[in-house]
Amino acid sequence: MSYQVNEKGYYGEFGGAYIPEMMRPNIEELRTNYMRIINSYNFRQDYISLLKNYVGRPSPLYYAKRMSEHYQSHIYLKREDCNHTGSHKINNTIGQILLAKELGKTRIIAETGAGQHGLATATVCALMGMKCIVYMGAIDVERQAPNVKKMRMLGAEVVPVESGSKTLKDATNGAMRDWINNPVDTFYIIGSTMGPHPYPDMVARFQSVISEEIRWQLDEQAGREKPTRVVACVGGGSNAAGAFYHFIDDEDVELIGVEAAGKGVDTHETAATITKGTVGVLHSFRSYVLQDEDGQINEAYSISAGLDYPGIGPMHANLHKTDRAKYIWATDEEVLKAVMLLTQKEGIIPALESAHALAGLEKISLKPEDITVVNISGRGDKDMETYLNYLGY
Amino acid sequence: MKYLPSLSLTLRGRFRGGFTSKIMNNRINKLFQEKKEGILSVYFTAGYPELNDTRTIIEELVKNGVDLIEIGMPFSDPVADGPVIQQSSLVALQNGMSVKKLFEQLHNIRQSVDIPLILMGYLNPVIQYGVEAFCQKCNEIGIDGLIIPDLPPSVYEEDYKAIFEASNLHNIFLITPQTDDERLREIDEKSTGFIYMVSSNATTGAKTSVNQFQKEYFGRIRSKNLKNPRLIGFGISNAETFAEACQFASGAIIGSAFVKCLEGDGKLVQKISGFIHSIATKS
Ligand SMILES: Cc1ncc(COP(=O)(O)O)c(C=O)c1O
Repeated sequence: MSYQVNEKGYYGEFGGAYIPEMMRPNIEELRTNYMRIINSYNFRQDYISLLKNYVGRPSPLYYAKRMSEHYQSHIYLKREDCNHTGSHKINNTIGQILLAKELGKTRIIAETGAGQHGLATATVCALMGMKCIVYMGAIDVERQAPNVKKMRMLGAEVVPVESGSKTLKDATNGAMRDWINNPVDTFYIIGSTMGPHPYPDMVARFQSVISEEIRWQLDEQAGREKPTRVVACVGGGSNAAGAFYHFIDDEDVELIGVEAAGKGVDTHETAATITKGTVGVLHSFRSYVLQDEDGQINEAYSISAGLDYPGIGPMHANLHKTDRAKYIWATDEEVLKAVMLLTQKEGIIPALESAHALAGLEKISLKPEDITVVNISGRGDKDMETYLNYLGY
Repeated sequence: MKYLPSLSLTLRGRFRGGFTSKIMNNRINKLFQEKKEGILSVYFTAGYPELNDTRTIIEELVKNGVDLIEIGMPFSDPVADGPVIQQSSLVALQNGMSVKKLFEQLHNIRQSVDIPLILMGYLNPVIQYGVEAFCQKCNEIGIDGLIIPDLPPSVYEEDYKAIFEASNLHNIFLITPQTDDERLREIDEKSTGFIYMVSSNATTGAKTSVNQFQKEYFGRIRSKNLKNPRLIGFGISNAETFAEACQFASGAIIGSAFVKCLEGDGKLVQKISGFIHSIATKS
């Protein structure tokens, strides 16, 4: 069975391109060109060189000795937090901005939740000298203030979105409306494995460098390319897609995604889309979404601004439906404990999003001989205020 | 047992070849046959300003001589809409509007209203209602067509067309200034009823004038001799823009400007008749 996207843009029954006609010329241009460009020699040269010399790849694969002792098993951390700008998001924005340049676009738009994707986009726009507009829910603008300031310092215009739930979903609406209003010179850099085809596939390809590296790094350190399992947090699904990518066809590697349960999957304040969602169409793709019986989209909630999205990338919906990957959840409370555990056992302060993957370890039975790779998608700088409040400092 | 299904397949195949569209006696076709110019179509969001204004608005529009009505089904994430319709959708949802509720409100509407009625909205609420049940209900009520911006023609053809046509519903496709000739021909081929010409590269929202770029686009499309009639919508807001658009198509659609006129104090019926008279004094 193939877990990759098919010709029509679907992963099983999920995905597709449910776009209004206004977005079609841009989506068609991208769809018919992206593979050619990504596979071209020039693109590969530029992409690889920037990942290496600008982002600082390969990111370390680190054997977490004290965490391993704690769990009586073998825990490796894939350190996407060490990337320039502090998360995995930059792997994708480097790829997309090179593509945008190749397509002759001069104006870049993006949506952002935690601000990490906005920051990664503002950064590559500064790097390439392109105009950058970042849409961000008004609530997120407040709770992720340090990233907003960084984006502005980098020369990006940050537009607070006041409609709807004022978070990531609405930021995405804002960016899509901008694209409809600016169809000629603008490229939309989507931050996760979501949106209409070919975005989910394209973003997964750009993030796949994570698992490509895990394979050879694990081989070097443990003498085997394949771990027992890979664990990653899931918002739209891009860091998980990247961490799973080169293991998807190795059915003996367990793939585990951890969703944000917020205050609990039995409350309305949750973002656990696979656990709680039903099939629908949001943001131009078919997947699981949090919605009411009338098909109106519910607001998602999580302590982490990067995970409170009421949808999930179509690749994950299909991995779930086919049972290839398993999706579990962690609550805000469990996540904060996981932040403290990693911080004090290994001296690494993870992002709230990434700490969901760590919290997932509590819910998996880890055998002594198992090798578990946890993707640390980002660092905790942006979340310091939340952490300090939690600790009562 | 084996013989029967294959026979019915051949019959269906033959019927397909015989008719380009299975939709018959539809009020949309009748309107465009009878009226070639100056068609005024009005959009409003059901459930706004108050939950139960739907019937009053429809009846008042009819009384004031509007030719076609697009009833908006509010959605939480209307990506093709500008601020006015975003806001009316939000208020309508807060008022408790839903597809189910709308169908209740439209029950027996055909006893008092004769003009074509179209439902316009996003795909997800339709999917959750159940596409077949939705279309059957539309047919029962006497809805003539649907406009679902995030249902692209290719998906429509494959998964929805048979269901829509079984309920005598036109599916209205959009074109924009960016639509190239090949796509234009494809959409003209697939369209029944009429083609919705989005007037500029923009989400919905009122503009006060039609610019040179738009006129060139309107003229370019007019010169293509499409088989379907066209209505121009998005940004049509007043007598001037309406008259201008009507020079290039069978008529035009007013949405945001009408929705905006409904806000604030005053009697609903007066706001509606005042607005429609300001657009087309002759009707
Ligand atoms: C550090 C970090 N991890 C994870 C995510 C979630 O996104 P995704 O599921 O696409 O990896 C975000 C989003 O902002 C993030 O900033």
